[in-house]
Amino acid sequence: MCLGIPGKIVAVSPEEHMAEIETFGIRQRISTLLVGEVAVGEYVMVHTGYAIEKVDVAEALERIRLWEELLAHEGVFDEVPRSGDRPGTD
Amino acid sequence: MREFLTKFRDPEIARALIKDVRHLATRVADRLGRRVVLMEVCGTHTVAISRAGLRSLLGDLLDLRSGPGCPVCVTDYADVDRMVALARLPGVTVGTFGDMVRVPGSDSSLERERAAGADIRIFYSPADAVAWAAAHPERELVFLGVGFETTAPAVALSIKEAGARGLKNFSVYVNHKLVPPALMALLEDPEIKVDGFILPGHVSAIIGRRAYSFLEAFRLPAAITGFETNDILEGIRQILKMMWGKEPRVVNGYTRVVREEGNKIAQREMAAVFRVGDASWRGFGVIPGSGLTLAAPFAAFDAAARFTLPPVVPRVPAGCACGEILKGKLTPKECRLFAVACNPTSPVGPCMVSSEGACAAYYQFERHYGERANHA
Ligand code: SF4
Ligand code: SF4
Repeated sequence: MCLGIPGKIVAVSPEEHMAEIETFGIRQRISTLLVGEVAVGEYVMVHTGYAIEKVDVAEALERIRLWEELLAHEGVFDEVPRSGDRPGTD
Repeated sequence: MREFLTKFRDPEIARALIKDVRHLATRVADRLGRRVVLMEVCGTHTVAISRAGLRSLLGDLLDLRSGPGCPVCVTDYADVDRMVALARLPGVTVGTFGDMVRVPGSDSSLERERAAGADIRIFYSPADAVAWAAAHPERELVFLGVGFETTAPAVALSIKEAGARGLKNFSVYVNHKLVPPALMALLEDPEIKVDGFILPGHVSAIIGRRAYSFLEAFRLPAAITGFETNDILEGIRQILKMMWGKEPRVVNGYTRVVREEGNKIAQREMAAVFRVGDASWRGFGVIPGSGLTLAAPFAAFDAAARFTLPPVVPRVPAGCACGEILKGKLTPKECRLFAVACNPTSPVGPCMVSSEGACAAYYQFERHYGERANHA
């Protein structure tokens, strides 16, 4: 029914509570009524023409950092678990 | 956007996550003596999981079940019939989000009514429907308010906007549904065996992680996740970790969008325009407190009260298992009609119609895997 589209704010018209976002090269006008003030350069998640939330870039980068760590330590998981290899009590 | 979004689709990261998920799932499944059953409760997740092939990649360890995640699929036959009846009224234009148009009711669909001359318009945003009504005062515009917590705030704003503009020809057929009461209904059904929930990202952006705290009483692990492959794998990984450690909680794996308390502005707009009421779900029947109705100051915008509709006698098509599929009791391939009498070009039930429907997703991406491949 409705896909969430993430986009970067490229223009704002605060009086109309509207903004323009760019997603992979495509521009779209959206309402900012549900997220309050936005600034050029911020990211938002858009649903049926309304920004429903701001995208927290710092959080996204932190998740990526954790994944890169996982990648770096991949070998740790190579050992095949045996049955009986379980913590706690059943 | 490209800078970081691509990482959420990065195949190298996906490979590492799959390895870790398999490692954890092996241990948990071994302890359970069976596959781990996780349910995704969002149609967009259903499509993403099918498209990425995760069901077949992890299927030996994990049973990834689709639940009542698509608002189009869970719309009751009686409600589709009423939408059709609205479209048949003289002078009425029905406005809707796209997917609703093809959903079969008992004896027609909006698409068929359109072919027969009804005026049915697809709007991308409910705000566009208000603008259309303002430009066409000679027509009655009835907007179909379908969707979960994600679309309800936008519809609430459109109703307020229509009120502020003094529009007399705009109304909404309110059919919104709420996700937490549906999860509760699943948990209370003794026939449904789910070990954990993959929770919808954008519903959660509105209601917040805290809205799922009630799950903790059921000692059921759950993770809110985004929609990229790595988001979903990360959510599954978090659920498995909680299962292994026996520390079930509701974790937020979509922190870039979902906050603990959700979107307060959206919640306030919904609360101003709607009241919580009971709603009828396809496959489930009436779930208490799972729907929305218009609050008294906005009663004039209620299409159900404004128009007199003939009584509807819903008829479910023979053999369609949508009801069972929406509860996760059956998978699409277990429906006798799947890929035989029912396919996206001639769908029998809504789950094959909606782009987020489980049957459509399995048909498009998974029908060649497994036991029913010879029928496809
Ligand atoms: S409305 Fe939101 S939660 Fe529901 S199917 Fe669409 S994206 Fe998923
Ligand atoms: S395959 Fe078709 S008939 Fe069967 S449950 Fe899905 S939509 Fe209904």
